[in-house]
Amino acid sequence: MLRFSKDHEWVHVEGDLATIGITVHAQGQLGDVVFVEVPEAGRKVAAGEAVAVVESVKAASDVYAPLSGEVVEANGALADSPALVNEDAEGKAWFFKVRLADKSQLDGLMDRAAYDQFVAEHG
Amino acid sequence: MSSGHGSLQRTPLHDWHIAHGAKIVAFAGYEMPVQYTPGVLKEHLWTREKAGLFDVSHMGQAFLKGADHAATAAALERLVPADIAALQPGQQRYTQLLDDTGGILDDLMVTRSARPEHDGKLLLIVNAGCKQADYVHIAARIPAGFELVEATQLALIALQGPGAARVVGALMPQASDLPFMAARFCAFGDTEVHISRSGYTGEDGYEISVPADKVVALWDALASHPDVQPIGLGARDSLRLEAGLCLYGHDIDTTTSPIEAGLAWSIQKRRRLEGGFPGAARIQRELAEGPLRRRVGIRPEGKAPAREGTEIRDKSGALIGTVTSGGFGPSANGPVAMGYVAAAHAKSGTPVDLMVRGKPLAATVVDMPFVPHRYVRKT
Repeated sequence: MLRFSKDHEWVHVEGDLATIGITVHAQGQLGDVVFVEVPEAGRKVAAGEAVAVVESVKAASDVYAPLSGEVVEANGALADSPALVNEDAEGKAWFFKVRLADKSQLDGLMDRAAYDQFVAEHG
Repeated sequence: MSSGHGSLQRTPLHDWHIAHGAKIVAFAGYEMPVQYTPGVLKEHLWTREKAGLFDVSHMGQAFLKGADHAATAAALERLVPADIAALQPGQQRYTQLLDDTGGILDDLMVTRSARPEHDGKLLLIVNAGCKQADYVHIAARIPAGFELVEATQLALIALQGPGAARVVGALMPQASDLPFMAARFCAFGDTEVHISRSGYTGEDGYEISVPADKVVALWDALASHPDVQPIGLGARDSLRLEAGLCLYGHDIDTTTSPIEAGLAWSIQKRRRLEGGFPGAARIQRELAEGPLRRRVGIRPEGKAPAREGTEIRDKSGALIGTVTSGGFGPSANGPVAMGYVAAAHAKSGTPVDLMVRGKPLAATVVDMPFVPHRYVRKT
């Protein structure tokens, strides 16, 4: 199951494990990504909490946890290859994986069609 | 310059920028291209490798006119600390408009006209965001018999990079042997343009002042060369940061003196001795005793950039200064920054901490530029 947040994150859910990254649209808005900081495994995060950082040549942006839970893994490859975010935002450039505390939070996210419409309306 | 939507102005190249994929932002009262389709990183690297074309028509161009060079130079020297009197025809100097405490109101380029019949005429190029205040300041302080004329009918473009001389030389051969910080009039077809060998990237290059109704033709002629790409304000900022050049309103302002800012090189010997410019007492004291703080280059360890406003601490945790410009340097291939630190910590090699998102990020005070200048001193 693939879901999207209004903060331009994507969430791929398998069972109670969610893989999270930023959308192709978001990386396009940011421009060339030069630095990524991901959370450490074991960290408990709450929905809406700033947990990662993505910096382009222009500016620094927070990445928020779209769902509550415990970080079980972060993508170490992004530290050495931040440009992966521009190349494959919704694939190899996943940021972190969360063991979900409350799967009902998924109801607050959008599917692809709703997200595309959200982007068209809000940019 | 025409009006765009809202109160923002547009340059004569606005339609060209839109037609060529520019992303437009508001900057200093103008709608300006911040980047084109390739993006900041590629535009930056292109400029260092080939030649980047910049629309800087938002900047202020004005002429200060008096009876002869000696008189006009003396009038301007009451406002700036550079030796203007010593300028030869066609010679250009970087200087600063100072307030009475030696703080910097703006930084600018001053060029003595290359033409004998223009004796007594100086071209001033000032920052877009400061230009109206600058003109009021200058007009209020020049004596009777002098005139400040804003050149609103002139556009300004820059071609920067190792390929710039070849590209400009093919169009206007008279520009090829101009040395750094010199200017002359050249013919582009039947249009007369004013070309100086200068810029804001650390590279060889030119700034070309051209009538607004001819700028699109000149821009097209330059942009059609395969080594030339248009470059937005985003890369202009990362290029000047790597070159260690100050951005007004960030690295220099009324709270900084030219000596604190490391601009003592722009105050020639006669002016240091004689004074006679605003804030001279403070500046002469800082030259003799050293300023309390200095602008320095800072190299963060690792990959995280430190942005403007980041606190600089010494290794014991004491606050010693602030980052005034910082980001990722595409040619330095890592984060670069500049800022002010207390004089005791300004020595190259001093370890410091930058407070990024509440955590200390190890960094080192370094000499600037981050990327060597490639100005053409002699041809």
